[in-house]
Amino acid sequence: MSDADYFRAPVLANDTQALRRRLENTWEGEPGIRGWLSTVDHKTLGIRYIVTAFVFLALGGIEALIMRLQLAQPNQSLLSPEQYNELFSIHGITMILWYALPILTGFSVYLQPLILGTRDMAMPRLNAFTYWVFLFSGAFLYTSFLVGAAPNAGWFNYVPLSSQASDPGFNIDFYAFANILLGISTTLSSINFIVTILSMRAPGMSINRMPIMSWGTLTVSVGSVLSVPAVSLAFFLLWLDRRFGTQFFKPESGGHPLLWQHLFWMWGHPWVYIIVLPALSMVSQALPVLCRRPLAGFSLVALATVLTMMLGYGVWLHHMFATGLPNISLGFFSAVSIVIAIPSGVALFAWLATIWSGRPVFTTSFLYFAGFIVVFVIGGLSGFMTGSVPADWQLHDTYFVVAHIHYVLIGWNLFPVLGALYFWFPKMSGRLLDERLGKWSFWLTFLGINLAFFPMHLLGLRGMPRRIYTYPPDMGWDTINLIVTTGAFALAVGLLLTLVNVVLSLRRGVLAGPNPWDGDGLDWSVPSPPPPYNFAVIPMIASRTPLWERPLSHSYELSSLTYGYALDQGKEALSTTTLDALPKAIVKMPEDSLAPFLLSVVLTILFAALMIQSWWLVILGGVVGLAITVGWLWPRRKLAQTAGTLP
Amino acid sequence: MTATRIIIGAEKLPVGSIGASAPGWWGIITGIVTEAALFGYLLFSYVYLAAQPHMSAWPSEPPSLSLAAPNTVILLLSSVAVWIGERAVRQNKPRMQLIGLSAGTLLGLIFVGVQLIEWKSKPFTLASGPYGSLFFTITGFHMAHVIAGLLMLTALIAWSYLNYFDETRHAAISVGAIYWHFVDAVWLAVFFTLYLTPYMSA
Amino acid sequence: MRSHPRYPSSAVPALPWLAALLYSTAARADAPLGYLSGNGPRNVNHLTWGLLIISILVFVIVIAILLIALWRGWWQPKITFPGTAPVYDPPGGVRAIYAGLVLSVLVLFGVTVWTVATIASISSPPQKPRLTIEVTARLWWWDVRYLSDDPAQTFTTANEIHIPVGEPVSFVLKSPGVIHSFWVPKLTGKTDLIPGQTNVTWLQADSPGIYRGQCAEYCGLQHAHMGMEVIASQRPRFVEWRRKQLLPAQTPTAETAKMGRAVFMQRCSICHTVRGTPAGGVIGPDLTHLMSRRTLAAATLPNRPGFLSGWIADPQHIKPGAKMPMASLSGPELNQVRDYLQTLQ
Repeated sequence: MSDADYFRAPVLANDTQALRRRLENTWEGEPGIRGWLSTVDHKTLGIRYIVTAFVFLALGGIEALIMRLQLAQPNQSLLSPEQYNELFSIHGITMILWYALPILTGFSVYLQPLILGTRDMAMPRLNAFTYWVFLFSGAFLYTSFLVGAAPNAGWFNYVPLSSQASDPGFNIDFYAFANILLGISTTLSSINFIVTILSMRAPGMSINRMPIMSWGTLTVSVGSVLSVPAVSLAFFLLWLDRRFGTQFFKPESGGHPLLWQHLFWMWGHPWVYIIVLPALSMVSQALPVLCRRPLAGFSLVALATVLTMMLGYGVWLHHMFATGLPNISLGFFSAVSIVIAIPSGVALFAWLATIWSGRPVFTTSFLYFAGFIVVFVIGGLSGFMTGSVPADWQLHDTYFVVAHIHYVLIGWNLFPVLGALYFWFPKMSGRLLDERLGKWSFWLTFLGINLAFFPMHLLGLRGMPRRIYTYPPDMGWDTINLIVTTGAFALAVGLLLTLVNVVLSLRRGVLAGPNPWDGDGLDWSVPSPPPPYNFAVIPMIASRTPLWERPLSHSYELSSLTYGYALDQGKEALSTTTLDALPKAIVKMPEDSLAPFLLSVVLTILFAALMIQSWWLVILGGVVGLAITVGWLWPRRKLAQTAGTLP
Repeated sequence: MTATRIIIGAEKLPVGSIGASAPGWWGIITGIVTEAALFGYLLFSYVYLAAQPHMSAWPSEPPSLSLAAPNTVILLLSSVAVWIGERAVRQNKPRMQLIGLSAGTLLGLIFVGVQLIEWKSKPFTLASGPYGSLFFTITGFHMAHVIAGLLMLTALIAWSYLNYFDETRHAAISVGAIYWHFVDAVWLAVFFTLYLTPYMSA
Repeated sequence: MRSHPRYPSSAVPALPWLAALLYSTAARADAPLGYLSGNGPRNVNHLTWGLLIISILVFVIVIAILLIALWRGWWQPKITFPGTAPVYDPPGGVRAIYAGLVLSVLVLFGVTVWTVATIASISSPPQKPRLTIEVTARLWWWDVRYLSDDPAQTFTTANEIHIPVGEPVSFVLKSPGVIHSFWVPKLTGKTDLIPGQTNVTWLQADSPGIYRGQCAEYCGLQHAHMGMEVIASQRPRFVEWRRKQLLPAQTPTAETAKMGRAVFMQRCSICHTVRGTPAGGVIGPDLTHLMSRRTLAAATLPNRPGFLSGWIADPQHIKPGAKMPMASLSGPELNQVRDYLQTLQ
């Protein structure tokens, strides 16, 4: 057994055609259906995540439009109360869980290896697994609709309304298992991001040179790892209460309904930061390119991102202000809920300073980012208002909060996502989206969100409660509801235009080239779309904005983009140290594998079996799943996991 | 100021899964953090319900330590055995490696067995009240983690037997070992909260 | 590709419209459940208005900065993409961030102090309440019990709560089923009714009137129709109302009402109570003085004969999912029951 197996000095090389051909051979995936099911390429998986998340957005949107038809006028009977309750529940569930984070996961899965200067995520098979579990968990959830048992106790699912006594059917069980399944996907993808961002950056990309978008993804990945167990546990305990007679939440025997609310919101509040911070960091990543200057106050923005996430753990009680808490709790949580606006403000001021002192280019993506600032501020201000306890005691559970949540979800998540779509679509597809159609889509979307949700503030101030399937006339709500419904449809049309734009531009869009926006990051140094190996040579990084070093002339050194480590002895990448990004090890990357797909199928069947309490199927699923897992983790020579010459 | 192109040279780098540079190592550490959070929320639930007034359904006597305390020692010893096994692979002592891992697994199995006996001896059930629900759910979650750990250790024993590992390449063993130590550490937290704190407030 | 869209200045023309809308939102007649107006020591609309005005000011300032920044950028030499473009590194960005930080810290700190002070000031009534009312939330109506040290002075009613003007009234809130929330916007914010827990709140009306309330926590199928009315009157009128509520039901004299009473005892007394009769059911609201109330079915219908008949004939049509089943009364039986109920003044 020679040293050569265990240690190697990686070869530095120039980026040549010969090298690219060799790497293409090594990295190209399997063809056909088998290749489609077994791919571990982060770019393919990222696009799949994005497309699937947009499908869930569309489903949630259709649910919303139906609800808005019911509420356009008082005392309508388009929907029965049960139908309405299922719709509003699954609308919230779909949007907050199956759209809001997965879309950001998708962009991050696609972009992180590219902006960090590496060849794939740290654990590519795990990446594939988390996608399949996300897809199947969503399918599992929507099966509930098909069997007429959709969740109907709201996305927050309070007990005792969601207990077996009040809700004996499968509605809540579908939600519980789909949620736990999705939680497995979220946790594992978060782990993948943490490992990738902390150990796979290009050499020289020390922690302070890391792109702002990586700060966003890293922060919320840590956030997810710490908070997702709370909601998974809550649903598991609820399942035990519902089907096995336990007493966690039942007050008759010493349990407490508020335990549910604590566990749920201890996850739920960090979650709402998890579903916006990466989007905000995408704005921080792309807006400076469109303003022709680096982000103002980069370090402040990075720190503010982390601080917001941390403070986000200290505010969950503000969802429970009306439950009869002692004054000291009310005061503390109210104070933190108001103070958390400060780090969010830092990002806002940074964007304004960047636009003000830069040279903005009014592309469609820029319009989305500029429009985003308007809706960001409105959403933030309505949140600030609800942070004050006595005001919240009026605003809570009225349409004022509905306005707030939609401004922060559509404003802080969807608008950055649409801007990011227009910005990175050329990298993903090689073609630009049509600018004229894009501008129409922007104005219609911007008009739609403000027409649909701004009047909701007034509805709330006029006392319209949430979650009601109809309302009487003469409450002062009639006209506003009609305006809101109109706005919702305008918003839908605006989004539809973007969809049309994507479909048309895939075939007929202007060819983009590697760097259509003259951007600063490593993602713009590779072809559009990038080859399967991303970088022919691993770049070496000298600054935060590698492609802008010459014009900015900040650093004494220039990044080396065309001369670096070839790492072409099989599928290989480089791992580097956490803080300074010095080369640490040569990582062997896995080939395409069917194990992630198969295991996710088995896992979903296992969960379905648990829900219907078919214990033989549970045991079978467990055994098969275990076998697939062992096969997946079996130490392999090709991955350099074994000693010497053994297979 | 003339700018020169940065070159970061590297001596011989390890190839593949070596020690802390393996992605699997980082992965298990992060996984441990998330599982620790899970147990944190479980223990929070216990403390929250224990603090509720009018707790007629809560036992007035602290739980018996006669089985749980020795069982804790058994689990600690199993961690020591696994540690010995991991150290042995780093020192290229394959027999000690197998002995350590096997002893750890055996002690872990004994832990599970003793805990099942303890469960049967309890006067309450999962459904008899919030205390019973909490007790069996928390210790049950822990037992599930122990069983997962035992399955891991079994795989490691098999792979060790097949001579897959040596002093340089044994990341899987380090990963399994740290997971097992985590399971032990969590048991200490569970044991303290469920078994010892009732004695403190008695 | 060139990019020169036009930018209407959106904020300024919107302000008068916004102001008008807010003013009308505040006016009570326009919005019975609105809370930008109202009275009583537990009313916090000064704080709500204050936060609203601060928010609008911040919005106007920030959007003005944004629009000016965009305007400045608009007049720069145009850049076309795809292509290359100059890159700049102007100084001073961080200073702007610090300035914004300082301002926001000051404002937010001030609001925090105001918030905590308000919590303290409204947490206890100005004097010890003379009247305590126990409200138990049911599906989907409000079971109201007036408590007293003297058992002869306690009585039960439903959905309509009378209180004297100018004194604090204490509310004890319970729920045996699911979580609900007690909310009378013009007098007080929300307090939940949670199974396994008894919450206490208080409110005070400083002027007479009818104050509408509604359940404010999603509680199932008919959460939308779980309203209530709090009627504040001067103390003498309140005392008179209470005296009448304490009386048992009158015995009917008219023939149809007597027959209705018999049908009622057969078909309705399982769920409803009418004091002074054998009817003692507690599943549904107490009907002893049904006709003294302005509304029916938890403020869903006006209390008039046609609506009353319609409700009894088919409650599921008006509140699908309500716990009151169709009584399947014949036409004459329905009229008789209605006539009987109309004697319950």
